[in-house]
Amino acid sequence: MSDSGNGREADDVIRVEHISKRFGAVRALEDVSLHLRRGEVLGLIGDNGAGKSTLVKIICGFQKPDSGTIFVNGEEVVLRSVAQARSLGIDTVYQDLALVPGMSVYHNMFLKRELLGKLGGVELPVLNNGEMRKRARKYLDEMGVRIPDVDAEVAQLSGGQRQSIAVARSVYSDAKVILLDEPLAAMGVKEGALILDLIRKLRDQGEVSMILILHNYAHVFEVCDRVNLLQHGEITLDKPTNETSVAELTELVVREYRQAASG
Amino acid sequence: MAEAGSQSGRRERARGLGWRALEAFANRREASILVVAIGLIVYFSLRSSAFYSSPTIKNIAEYVGPIALIACGEVMLLICGEIDLSVGRVFALTPIIMYLTTAPEPDGLGLPIWLGVIFGLLAAAAVGLANGLITTYLGVPSFITTLGMLFFLNGINLRALHGFQVETPGGHTFREIFGGYPLWFNSEFWWALFAVVVLQIVLVRTRWGLHTVATGGNPIGARESGVNVRWIKIGNFVLCSVLGGFAGILDSTRITSILPLQGGTDIMFLAVAAAVIGGTSLMGGSGTIIGGFLGVVVLAVLNIGFTILGVSAFNFDLIIGIAILGAMILNVQIQRLKNLGQIGRGGR
Repeated sequence: MSDSGNGREADDVIRVEHISKRFGAVRALEDVSLHLRRGEVLGLIGDNGAGKSTLVKIICGFQKPDSGTIFVNGEEVVLRSVAQARSLGIDTVYQDLALVPGMSVYHNMFLKRELLGKLGGVELPVLNNGEMRKRARKYLDEMGVRIPDVDAEVAQLSGGQRQSIAVARSVYSDAKVILLDEPLAAMGVKEGALILDLIRKLRDQGEVSMILILHNYAHVFEVCDRVNLLQHGEITLDKPTNETSVAELTELVVREYRQAASG
Repeated sequence: MAEAGSQSGRRERARGLGWRALEAFANRREASILVVAIGLIVYFSLRSSAFYSSPTIKNIAEYVGPIALIACGEVMLLICGEIDLSVGRVFALTPIIMYLTTAPEPDGLGLPIWLGVIFGLLAAAAVGLANGLITTYLGVPSFITTLGMLFFLNGINLRALHGFQVETPGGHTFREIFGGYPLWFNSEFWWALFAVVVLQIVLVRTRWGLHTVATGGNPIGARESGVNVRWIKIGNFVLCSVLGGFAGILDSTRITSILPLQGGTDIMFLAVAAAVIGGTSLMGGSGTIIGGFLGVVVLAVLNIGFTILGVSAFNFDLIIGIAILGAMILNVQIQRLKNLGQIGRGGR
C-alpha cells in the first residue's frame, strides 16, 4: 500500500500498521497503515465519512482500534487515553480548540500546565501569573503570532488568532507530534493565510511533526510535504506533494463518485 | 508586536477619557457594584442621621455575615456552571447536627461542642458531596438535584427537632469565638470577611480557581485540556455546603437558638441575588467573590436603610427585583459589546 517510506522506518515518529475500526455495521477504517516522519507535515484528505477523524482520534488516544498496532518513535504502544498520548508527546488541536472564551490568552496557553510561584525552591500553591504572561508573550512572538495583548480574553479574538493560540499551546507543551483537525475550517482567506504561515514556520523550525486534516486541496500543496488520501476507510494514495497535483487528487475522488453512481 | 502596540496606543488616544473610563468599568466587574454600594450608603446617610450610627452599622454587619458566607460558595459554584438551592437548608441542618451530638442525653449524645461542630460540618460536606455526585455522575442538572435536596433536608430538619426550636449549646469560649463581638462587628462578619479574602485569592491566584473558571467557561474544552471537570464541580458543591453549614452554626450561636426553618430559601436566594448583582454570570465562566460580597453589602444597606426610613418591606423585594434584572441586563450587554470588540481589551 505505502509506496514511499520503506526503509526509512527509523525516521518515523508515528507509524500505524493495519488499523481497522468498526462502529457497529459501519466500517470506519479497514487495514489502514500510515506513517509520519520526523519534522514532516502530512496532509490527510478524503471526503466526509472517509475515516479521517476516526484515524486521528485513534492516534491521539481518544479511541481504541479494533485491530492493528501503533508505534511511537519505533516502539509499539497501546494508547489508552488522551493523557497517555500527550505524555508521549502527541497533542491534538481540536476543531473547537478547547479554549475558554472568558479567560485571558496567557491563562488559556497554560491551562492545566500552570506555572506556580516558588519560595526558596519550594513550589507554592499560587499561580505565577507574571511568568506565564511573560512566556506567553515570548512564545507568541517567536511564532510570529500577532496578539497585541496576552491579557485579552479569548472571546475578543478572531478565529485565526484563536487557532494560533491553540497551536502555540501545543507547541510549547513539548508536543512532538501535533494533530490538527481542520485548522482552516470556517476561516477567512486572511485568517487562513495566518495559520498556513504558522504551520510553514513550524515546519521550517523542524521541531514538531504534524498531521493536518484538510478539506481544501490547494492548502495541501501550500504546507504539506506529503499527502494521504482516505477513501471508504482505506488509504488510496500516499505521495509527496511534489509528485502529485490537485488534478490527480480531484480525479481520484471524482472517480470514486462515478463508481458509486454506476455501481 | 511593537507595531501592534503602537496601533493600540493610537486607538486609545483617539478614544479619549470617556471610552477608557468605560473600558475600566467593563474590565473590573466589582467597580460598578462598589459605586452602587457607596452611592446607597451616601443616600441613606443624607436621608437619615440615624443611618450612620453604630447600631445601624452593627445591624448591617449582622445581616451581611451569613449571606456573604453562602454567597462565597454560590459564586464558586455559579462560576463552574452549577447552582446550589439546598444550601439554606444545610444552614439549618448543621447546627441541628451539632445540637444532636452535643446536647446532654437523652436529647443528644453529650459529646464536646468542638466535636459537634466537626460532625455538623461533616454532615454539610456530605450533602455537598451528594449534590456533586448526583449532578456530575448521574447527569441530573444541579438546579433539580439541589431542589430535591432542599425539600429532603427540610423534612430531615423538621423531623430531627420535631418542629420545635432548641437552645444553642456551647460554653463561654465557644460563644465568644462563634457568636461574640470581638472588634467593631460581630464575629460572624469577621468570619465572612476572612472567607471572602481567602476565596478571592483561591479564585484568582490558584489552579483550583483557574480550573473553576475554565470548567464553567468551556466544559468540553476544559476536559480536553485535561482539567478534571467533575472533581472541580464536586469540590465546589462541598465548599458551598460547608460554608452554608458554618454560617448556620455562627448564626444560631449569635441568636442563641436553633430553629428547623432557619435560613431556608430566603437566605439562599439572597446569596444568589448578591452573587448575580456582584457580576457573577448565571451561565458560568465568570464572576468574583469580592463582587458577591459587595452585592451582599448592597442588599444589607437597602434592607436596613429602608427600615430606618420607615419604608415598607414590600419595597425591599421590589428594589431587589429591579437590581437583579438591571445587573443581569448590564452584564449581558457589556459582555456583548466586549465580544464585538467595541470596548474592553481587544486583540484586534
